[in-house]
Amino acid sequence: MSAQTPEVRSTEQLREKWLKPEVITGSEILLRSLLLEGVECVFGYPGGAVLYIYDAMYGFKDFNHVLTRHEQGAIHAADGYARASGKVGVCIATSGPGATNLVTGIATAYMDSVPLVVITGNVATTLIGTDAFQEADITGITMPITKHSYLVRDVKDLPRVIHEAFHIASTGRKGPVLIDIPKDVSAATTLFQPEERIQLRGYNPRTVPNKLQLDKLARAIEEAERPMILAGGGVIYSGAHEGLYEFVNKTGIPITTTLLGLGAFPTGNDLWTGMPGMHGTYTSNHGIQQSDLLINIGARFDDRVTGKLDGFAPHAKIVHIDIDPAEIGKNVPTDIPIVGDVKTVLEMLNPIVSYAAKADAWRDQIRKWKAEYPFRYVDSDTVLKPQWVIEMLNDTTKGEAIVTTDVGQHQMWAAQYYKFNQPRSWITSGGLGTMGFGFPSAIGAQMAHPDRLVISINGDGGMQMCSQELAICAINNIPVKIVVINNQVLGMVRQWQELIYDNRYSHIDLAGSPDFVKLAEAYGVKGLRATTKEEAQRAWAEAMETPGPVLVEFVVEKGENVYPMVTQGSTIDQMLMGDA
Amino acid sequence: MSTKHTIAVLVNDQPGVLQRVSGLFGRRGFNIESITVGQSEEIGLSRMVIVTTGDETTLEQVEKQLYKLIDVIKVINLSSKPMVARELALIKVKAEPSARPEIMGVVETFRASVVDIGTTNLMVQVVGDTVKIDAMIELLKPYGIQELSRTGVTAMIRGNA
Repeated sequence: MSAQTPEVRSTEQLREKWLKPEVITGSEILLRSLLLEGVECVFGYPGGAVLYIYDAMYGFKDFNHVLTRHEQGAIHAADGYARASGKVGVCIATSGPGATNLVTGIATAYMDSVPLVVITGNVATTLIGTDAFQEADITGITMPITKHSYLVRDVKDLPRVIHEAFHIASTGRKGPVLIDIPKDVSAATTLFQPEERIQLRGYNPRTVPNKLQLDKLARAIEEAERPMILAGGGVIYSGAHEGLYEFVNKTGIPITTTLLGLGAFPTGNDLWTGMPGMHGTYTSNHGIQQSDLLINIGARFDDRVTGKLDGFAPHAKIVHIDIDPAEIGKNVPTDIPIVGDVKTVLEMLNPIVSYAAKADAWRDQIRKWKAEYPFRYVDSDTVLKPQWVIEMLNDTTKGEAIVTTDVGQHQMWAAQYYKFNQPRSWITSGGLGTMGFGFPSAIGAQMAHPDRLVISINGDGGMQMCSQELAICAINNIPVKIVVINNQVLGMVRQWQELIYDNRYSHIDLAGSPDFVKLAEAYGVKGLRATTKEEAQRAWAEAMETPGPVLVEFVVEKGENVYPMVTQGSTIDQMLMGDA
Repeated sequence: MSTKHTIAVLVNDQPGVLQRVSGLFGRRGFNIESITVGQSEEIGLSRMVIVTTGDETTLEQVEKQLYKLIDVIKVINLSSKPMVARELALIKVKAEPSARPEIMGVVETFRASVVDIGTTNLMVQVVGDTVKIDAMIELLKPYGIQELSRTGVTAMIRGNA
């Protein structure tokens, strides 16, 4: 997919070449170290402070760099790559504005625990602190949104710092790590000695749980009459989906999966109740509220899941399994805390748990709710309904695509109507809710999985926040199918203004947006538009048959709302169900 | 119930580590009453002593969030055990010669010392726990405090704990 084709050599031969102890520049050390960490592609944008680094890339065919059109596109692509592959995503930007353009992307990754190594250039060490041209204190700026950060002042530290950064980003609760490299450090030379040990006294993530707590949980399951599992992104990040499946199968406990947990459990399963929270299912929300045992597996009790905290799961004994001890008790008081890697926890738990025998009536209740209250919408023969579009995407791809989304109504409809059956197939900005994430993250996901179908679902608002990356799709022939659900309005804001701000529609009209078909074509990407069901089916079929990237715009009903909805300040069983 | 807690934080002696710790308190809405930083018994490590207020849940979060910082090696809740806590204050108090004997009386009672004498003022140094220093300041106020500088609390657990 890269413009450069690497020479064909075995990995061993390549490693030997990269490992060769030579006196080289900091820039060369950086590139070789990244390769030794197993980095397949790096997204970036050059500039003054990273000129030595980009110079080292020149003619270095082993190193695969994708030039985006904005640093924000680069970091979201790296994020999409990381979420789709489970590996560490890497991006590079220059000092000052290049680095600050990464900030939103760093915060996005931090909130959703995505492993990234973010490399920024900085002005020379002699100029740091002088307000030099394109100087910004990026380690200072990003301190609250990185798992850790480094400002490298000596080229000799570089191999160790890079090795540590990958270790920190990809272990424990994953997250972004920033490495700031001043220009003189990237130019300085030293004997390259790759660092293989990790010596971090203050960093020992606990992966193996306390056995006593597991026994307590096993007993609680035996006693529970209305148990419920709340599974989150941690299941996917630790690769625990099989363990989770076994856990649910053995215990027969109904399971709801959070926005970031979609794909952790097969949606077709009888015990799966859908997503919980603000736009979750009736069954999940009432299931949580009425449960007497709530087992949180790798979720963080986000406010969009819990609704009003005082009144959340009022009858439940709370169990919280998380790799991050600070999550336990942060929002919800916990009865059985279990600190550990979700995969390890489930591996130890599965042999000791048994079928929740007292919960038969509960399982019947859950099934009844599921049948009675599925997601509903009023379809139309005259206008396209966004929910119908997502259902069509789901039906035609059998839920097997990797789907990325932006943020807003389309994101919720995609979460509600696309039926994920595999982990790492659903890529969305959950915690930070970053508009502009949907499209570039799809580019990264496609780089991670060149052979899979990647669909990027966007609104007409978010599409305009990173549309410049259409160039990357066109020039590298990255075959992302870009969907724009165009309702000509900032839909989620419109919905809140309608329901909560008394129809006072303030600055939500997106009139003046470009013709998305022409926009795609301006970059050399095929563009298609649909305004009816027939056109939608035809356009989508054409998009699927077209080998390269395609943008399909679906012009949909403007006034459609996402239901159910729990308004802020309500408990999650106080749901607006809509008209359907 | 919101109470005062004294915690010691052993950290890597790295540039930016104070910013990491104080920034964490700031963005998580934890209160810092005082913070002191200095060398520890081990080369390469600094010890911070932080006085914070909050309920037990907040204190638990403070400790857990601190442990998430890579440069934090150890967090010790000093005030959960018998501890010795001391701070030092320098107080420049207005002191015309006529008022000096009275002030000296206060200084002696508190086992404080006069470390500088100006034409119209005295500089008093007092060491003790926060309550003692607060009391000293209260007693010197009527004479007119011209300048006050406190180090903040440093502390240790007693004995072998």
